[in-house]
Amino acid sequence: MRTEDESMNGKQCQRGSDETMILVKDLYKSFGQNHVLRGLSLEVKCGESMVVIGGSGTGKSVLIKCVIGLLHHDRGEIYVDGQEISSLSEEGWNQLRKKFGMLFQRDALFDSLSVWENVGFALRRHTKLSDAKIKDMAVEKLKLVGMQNVENLMPAELSGGMRKRVSLARAIAMEPAILLYDEPTTGLDPIMANVINDLIVTMREKLEVTSIAITHDMNSAYRIGDRIAMLYKGQIIEVGTPDEFKASRNPIVQQFIRGDVEGPITQGADFHLKLS
Amino acid sequence: MFAILNFIGLWVLKLLEESGRVMILFIRTLGLTFRPPFDLRGLLRQIERVGVNSIPVVLITGAFTGMVLALQSYTGFKRFNAEAFVGTVVALSMTRELGPVLSGLMVSGRIGSAMAAELGTMQVTEQIDALYTLATNPIKYLVVPRFLASLIIMPVLTVFADAVGMLGGYAVSVYLLGSNPTIYIRRTYDYLDLEDIYIGLLKACVFGMIIAIIGCYQGFNAQGGAEGVGKATTRAVVLSSLLILIANYFITALFF
Repeated sequence: MRTEDESMNGKQCQRGSDETMILVKDLYKSFGQNHVLRGLSLEVKCGESMVVIGGSGTGKSVLIKCVIGLLHHDRGEIYVDGQEISSLSEEGWNQLRKKFGMLFQRDALFDSLSVWENVGFALRRHTKLSDAKIKDMAVEKLKLVGMQNVENLMPAELSGGMRKRVSLARAIAMEPAILLYDEPTTGLDPIMANVINDLIVTMREKLEVTSIAITHDMNSAYRIGDRIAMLYKGQIIEVGTPDEFKASRNPIVQQFIRGDVEGPITQGADFHLKLS
Repeated sequence: MFAILNFIGLWVLKLLEESGRVMILFIRTLGLTFRPPFDLRGLLRQIERVGVNSIPVVLITGAFTGMVLALQSYTGFKRFNAEAFVGTVVALSMTRELGPVLSGLMVSGRIGSAMAAELGTMQVTEQIDALYTLATNPIKYLVVPRFLASLIIMPVLTVFADAVGMLGGYAVSVYLLGSNPTIYIRRTYDYLDLEDIYIGLLKACVFGMIIAIIGCYQGFNAQGGAEGVGKATTRAVVLSSLLILIANYFITALFF
């Protein structure tokens, strides 16, 4: 049984739960004439690891930024833990965001703060714990992501993979119920990419979080996803387990997961590959 | 013809939109300034950066401005035998006008640009988004301490500039041009009112707010990597310098 303190930022639940944690209904989002999301719907169960795949510029980042309120959607509904988010006040957002942790594509560490201050940032802002205690907790979180003796370094002194891991430690510092991963393996070498993939799996198992990861790295998607959803032309065109995806008969899905140059995605006026 | 009208129309719309957004940032900053929790550590760090590190620049600017002012007004006043009033002119010009304006322009170049560059880099590397996800309002965390620091420190810097400016004027008049030191001080003291200094300090406060808000606004709106940050920095300095000069006129006219 969980203590109240452990679950202070929302409910954690076992995998295979039937409860819905995040529900996106008929979501629209445009930037000027660029209609990025066009009626997107997606359901993520409590404790589930959902991976959203899709080509560059299809709006994967826009989707998770709408879920955490960094962007405001034009139309549609988003429910997080049963709460509809578009009517939230600023204070409501602040409360809701404490349920979230997010790992950014470019890690987004605060470069004026040391590693432990980065990891303990939210604890410092939202709890009354002493700095010494927060530093201890930061070291603990860093250990969880396989980092030791780095707490006093500055982010600039770390390599790309290390920065990603510190960023992950920061995301889990407040023990969130939901983790969002924005292209977690982009820009990392294959070994480091798998270190991050394994960490994501570990997070799911140890912290029992619900997560949405967006990626175009199929290896990563198969490794970390309970289910995979494919985003294409502003909508989710297929949802299924990794095995269902591999066996999918949808030619768009097949082209994407095989990475073929020829196929339905690359047909059409706006996609010319000139090799000369 | 229509192309020109179209261009002007778009430009005016953009100007109005930008002004509105700057005002919104200003009002939200004011609102959050008085709402707890108060970040004293952040404020002190900014005061150090904005204030302490700007002192040498402001001192040099103030001293040389006072010196050249004495030299120039002496040349002019000599033509109608009014050399004795050099001290008055230096004191009035420094406190009412040059102290706050030149400090404002120097600080805008030093600090406004740094704010835009720092916040701009944070914007393009998603650090501002990261603040939101950590349930932290970037205006409260980033803008409020910079705003308060500028507001507090600009009057202080202006007092320094005024003081060294008058000292510089005194030095040039007495030691270079051979004026009578007693008369110089007397004329300064007799004609300088406290009100002159207050107006200068009021200007300094307004300039401080302009520098911080414009610097932070440009930083928040930086887009697209290093080039965007560079542009934001330039815009911050140009815009805050222009606004300082414009605001200066209107404050002067108000208390004329």
